[in-house]
Amino acid sequence: MALITISSTDGDAVSDLNAATGFPCVGPAVKPLDMRLQIENLSVKRGEELVLSALNFDVQMGRALIVRGHNGAGKSTLLRAIAGLLPLETGNIVVAESDPEFAAASIPDLCHYLGGDNAMKPAMSVGENLRFWQEFSGQPHLEVDEALEMVGLYGLQSVPFAHLSTGQRRRIGIARLLVSYRPIWILDEPTSGLDAVSEEQFAALMKVHLEDGGLIIAATHVPLGLESADVLQLSAASEERDH
Amino acid sequence: MIALLARDLRLALRSGGGAATALLFYLAVVVAMPFAVGPNSELLATIGGATLWIGALLAGLLGLERLFQTDHEDGSLDQMMLSPVPLPVQVFAKSLAHWLVTGLPLTVMVPIFGLFLGMQETAIAASMATLLVGTPAISFIGAVGAAVTVSLPRGGLLLSVLVLPLCIPVLIFGVGAIRAAVTEPDPFLPPFLLVAAISLFFSVLGPFASAFALRQGLD
Repeated sequence: MALITISSTDGDAVSDLNAATGFPCVGPAVKPLDMRLQIENLSVKRGEELVLSALNFDVQMGRALIVRGHNGAGKSTLLRAIAGLLPLETGNIVVAESDPEFAAASIPDLCHYLGGDNAMKPAMSVGENLRFWQEFSGQPHLEVDEALEMVGLYGLQSVPFAHLSTGQRRRIGIARLLVSYRPIWILDEPTSGLDAVSEEQFAALMKVHLEDGGLIIAATHVPLGLESADVLQLSAASEERDH
Repeated sequence: MIALLARDLRLALRSGGGAATALLFYLAVVVAMPFAVGPNSELLATIGGATLWIGALLAGLLGLERLFQTDHEDGSLDQMMLSPVPLPVQVFAKSLAHWLVTGLPLTVMVPIFGLFLGMQETAIAASMATLLVGTPAISFIGAVGAAVTVSLPRGGLLLSVLVLPLCIPVLIFGVGAIRAAVTEPDPFLPPFLLVAAISLFFSVLGPFASAFALRQGLD
């Protein structure tokens, strides 16, 4: 019951879905930039209601997709479904023409998911929290100190997470994306609670991630500061309007 | 898995963690018993093993509700689902951490609590042995209940109702083994081994069942 339109600010957002095999290609090695996340005929139910139906799109590595839509249009549902946190009613999510490095990995293994909550324990210090996630998620990327510096909170390692403000907590949540490496970032309202300076900082972090061949899918109402992002507009059929 | 175990232990031992609560509750049950029974030390010693077991069972249930709930509330559970570490292994780690901060300390305290109840040395030794092998079952069975009730606002009561019946066999054979240790003709070993078997059985089945329940509870 969801209608989608995909528009791009700079060209080829939606290439057609020719590889309908349903499995990632593990053939000859290709340039990492040909790697893409394909969503085919995706439908997701929540309770009895079909929230998303027959969505098709793909996102290339090195690109960002912004998911828009009013409240209840299914943005979070889409992100959770892609991350593998919700069972799919129909459809496939595959990484096509995968880098050999990632060929064996399943989609959740390639994803960082930043939801509405930051997944940090209030009783532990910032450093302990981040070190735990680094150890737990594997594939260490930045050191905890470096990650904190990137989000502008260097020096807060030993402060209990409970003592931080909302915006600071969010930035620690963002630092979690940096302490272990995942090519795909799935971000649900990533800038909620952030001030203007932190938003800019985060935009810069996202750009670096995209330049490194990463991929970002973000649901948001506010501009994220990514100039060349594709936009996926979700709208419930009942409130359909011309876009 | 080690990281998860270490984090849960650390959280439990911090303020607001469940470790001290369970131990204090256990102490309260054991201390209250002699007052309830009255000045009949023989009767007290007879029901000593049962008191230790019931106290351990209830103390074990006390913190179980929070086993997955805190992770669910702060979003950690989502991250656990996405982790390359299989979910049953993570549940095993969390259950083990729960046992290490509830079941194990309770077992270690038994020599002192046994004295409060006027129990004989053999009965105290038998209590320690059965609690040591029996309390893991409470944690592993409890993990299943905690997983089923994770997203319910008042899951604690339902959790107890779900978990207690499954814990009854452990209780029966645990207390049976203690009684057998002090009454002459009854053998200690068969009920003791049965308790161990139940623990081992649930340490395997529990994590898979909880992982399944957690996946079903996704929303």
